[in-house]
Amino acid sequence: MKTAVIVFPGSNCDRDIAVALEQVTGVKPHMVWHRDTALPDGVGLVAVPGGFSYGDYLRAGAMAARSPIMGAIANAAGKGLPVLGVCNGFQVLTEAGLLPGALMRNAALNFVCRDVALTVENAQSAFTSRYAAGERVMFPVAHHDGNYVADTDTLDRLEGEGRIAFRYAEPVNGSARRIAGVLNDAGNVLGMMPHPERKIEAAHGGDDGRRLFEGLLETVGA
Amino acid sequence: MKLRIHVTLKAGVLDPQGKAIEHALAGLGFAGVNGARVGKLIELDVADSTTDADIDAMCRQLLANTVIENYRVERA
Repeated sequence: MKTAVIVFPGSNCDRDIAVALEQVTGVKPHMVWHRDTALPDGVGLVAVPGGFSYGDYLRAGAMAARSPIMGAIANAAGKGLPVLGVCNGFQVLTEAGLLPGALMRNAALNFVCRDVALTVENAQSAFTSRYAAGERVMFPVAHHDGNYVADTDTLDRLEGEGRIAFRYAEPVNGSARRIAGVLNDAGNVLGMMPHPERKIEAAHGGDDGRRLFEGLLETVGA
Repeated sequence: MKLRIHVTLKAGVLDPQGKAIEHALAGLGFAGVNGARVGKLIELDVADSTTDADIDAMCRQLLANTVIENYRVERA
């Protein structure tokens, strides 16, 4: 499977996710600069990586969400192409309107950087098919603005439609209903604050994240 | 034309920074601070021909995230 990793000024997990994708798919991802206006042909997944694009100016993800490449990503996502946003990538996808809600400053105002326990809430999506519903996994988080906010109607809808992919199994950042990752209504866009790409081999202290990429490879196809 | 765009959190959106400021003021001995909310002030210098619709679009498309924020335009 060919993949694309979007690179913004200030991205810092672009290499991490590229390594994870190459390990799992066997193919080096296309690194796509944010000023590009088109995605490479034939990619089966777009990854929007973590980092501090544009130094979090205005709001985390706000400037990156208006980058030229985002038009192409929105267009491709609308046609069903899987898009994965991790950490800053999640912030970018909410700012771009591809996912509902917003990510605010952590409730305790602290930067949280540690492994956290998550529960897999929806194991049916293209991203989570290799997990079991209710399974507990350990992923690292490293963020200052991971406090997920949406109005009650939106939260109820996300719950009702099974669009909460991951939930924190412990208090982390004040997120509404402990939401760690959400899917769009079609299920092909996932945004999550924890970093699956930082847990793909034993040397990382665990490989719970690897199955997310393996599941994608299986669902999206080689 | 000089504009001042006031971006504030919507009512009901928790503001951890505001809370911290409220506690810090209490810690300095200021009694009776019943709340603090943090917003942004963005000063723009735009062409005189800029329409209200354009200004509104700037606010909605970039300056404010209307999921969590309100905005108010003040002409200087």
